[in-house]
Amino acid sequence: MTTLSFDASADPILQRRGLIQDVAAASLKRRKVYSRIAVGLCWAALVIAIVPLVAVVAYVVVKGLPAWSVDFFTKVTVPEGIPGGGVWNAIVGTVEIAAIATAVTVPVGLLCGLFLAESDGRIAAAIRFMADVMTGVPSITIGIFGYIAIVRNFGGYSGLAGAFAIGIIMLPVIMRAGETAIRGVPGSLSEAGLALGARRATIARRVVLPAALPGIITGVLLAVARGLGETAPLLLTIFGNQYLQWNPTKPMEALPILIYNYSSQPYADLIQVAWGAALLLMVIVLVLSVGSRVLAARMQRERR
Amino acid sequence: MPEPGRGAKRGGRFALSNGVYRGLLAAVVAIFVAVVVWYIVSIIAQARPAFSTLGFSWIIQETWNPNKSQFGLLPFILGTVETTAIALVLAVPIGLGTALALAYLVPHRFRAALSSAVELLAAVPSVVFGLWGLVVLAPLFREHVEPFLTSALGWTGLFNGPNEGVGLLLAGVILFIMILPTMVAISRDVLAVVPNEQVEGAMALGATRWQVLRKVVVPGSRTGLLGAFTLATGRALGETVAVALVIGNSPYIAHSVKSAAATLPSLIVNNFGEATGTELSALFGAGLVLLVIGIAVNAAARMLVRSSARSGGGSDAVASAASVAVA
Repeated sequence: MTTLSFDASADPILQRRGLIQDVAAASLKRRKVYSRIAVGLCWAALVIAIVPLVAVVAYVVVKGLPAWSVDFFTKVTVPEGIPGGGVWNAIVGTVEIAAIATAVTVPVGLLCGLFLAESDGRIAAAIRFMADVMTGVPSITIGIFGYIAIVRNFGGYSGLAGAFAIGIIMLPVIMRAGETAIRGVPGSLSEAGLALGARRATIARRVVLPAALPGIITGVLLAVARGLGETAPLLLTIFGNQYLQWNPTKPMEALPILIYNYSSQPYADLIQVAWGAALLLMVIVLVLSVGSRVLAARMQRERR
Repeated sequence: MPEPGRGAKRGGRFALSNGVYRGLLAAVVAIFVAVVVWYIVSIIAQARPAFSTLGFSWIIQETWNPNKSQFGLLPFILGTVETTAIALVLAVPIGLGTALALAYLVPHRFRAALSSAVELLAAVPSVVFGLWGLVVLAPLFREHVEPFLTSALGWTGLFNGPNEGVGLLLAGVILFIMILPTMVAISRDVLAVVPNEQVEGAMALGATRWQVLRKVVVPGSRTGLLGAFTLATGRALGETVAVALVIGNSPYIAHSVKSAAATLPSLIVNNFGEATGTELSALFGAGLVLLVIGIAVNAAARMLVRSSARSGGGSDAVASAASVAVA
């Protein structure tokens, strides 16, 4: 090699190659630096996103747990300054309102979901779009609707008016989740039913809905979780009630309303109750969300 | 093998004939449509007295003073837009960065866990964020964040006035934290739909990690990302209780991001209890303005997310992921 007397610097092609190599190396170096910085910024964004979210959850747990006691779950709310008391009236209201809203919206939502899953026309597309938009409209306007439609016409603030508003928030979620779950059922299953001469209603009830059950349960539980956390519509429909009220035709208390009202109070004991209620509400909502996933995954696995 | 007749019989009372069955489904869907129409029409009808008493211009008048029968909505429209803008300025870069990290940078075994953690956080009730913002963040902002921002950025003129803690800035920050999970969950799904061949192709050409993300992944899912951001915008615009707790509720136009202000939803929820007559109708009018904005933003978002799902080849997966993530 060394014996070869060849002057590389004189060859224009090699000169050019060297130049290109230099430029490429510099470019790669520069691009790598840029890439490092940008990827680092993405990681930083991930950290910035996670820190406050974790902080919220951690704060609620740390501040809320000391508020929990047997009384907290069994006694009704007391005014500030008086020791003891709990949030039993708010638990009753929240659970009852969610139960009524769920009982009404699940059948309606699933039938709508069946309709959407079986139709591909323009009307179905329009309804699908309507449901999608409804999942995002400001919830306070649904509260206004509940006030106008129920509170004004049917004897004032009531748990039923709240259930109506919450149901309207849940319905489009159940419709779309139901449709997605039903569309996921292989067409061959319902075709087999048709080939056996079964009617469409029978196929829907005995083949399609059971097969779509995991997805449906997930959707319903997510809708319930969302409905439970809504505050604004309830403020305009159930009003709040410091006493225990089982009758849904009367004003009721609910956990979100209690948190909202207490957190803007200047009294430490009420804010303490608000933290406890926030923890309870968060636990219920997260259990529903996690539970829906776990349940769906397990049912899916058993099917196989 | 069961005979057709027997199969139908075993369906019991649900064995409706096909015609009746289709009719039943159509009837239930008609109920849904009727409720939606009723919802929109009833708000318009209840807002009408305000429009007929005050004329159309009341929406953009500056003064809200029920004692003098002045119900201008401008301060609240501005407050809504400003809080949403603050939230978006923070949420767009951070949400996009987080979504990119979750979709392409985080090691595979942590990806699923982190992603579902983010989605679960989207389910935390908004009133909980409001409580946390008021009790924890407001003092922090008053004592540390606002003095720091005033000394660092005071020259912009945006940070005049006393440090109160509650106000536009805190409301915007709370909204940012609240819309982030929604935004990240949808953006991540949209980003992940970009075909692997394109990503690998770019890598084979010698693109760095960032170049792949910047030149292939982000452009390939631009429409879907825009849809995700728009959906998050809709959520920020309509958020009521969390904002009402931390914005300070002042019916005047804010002159600094530290000032107390109010938004359309917080106006409604704070004044609803005592309002009667024209004031009540004006509150319904505020609801109508909010509803129109909300429908417009959400309709735009849905179209964007859906068209990206179609072009991205992810079919319905993205659209349905979007609807579930929003829930």
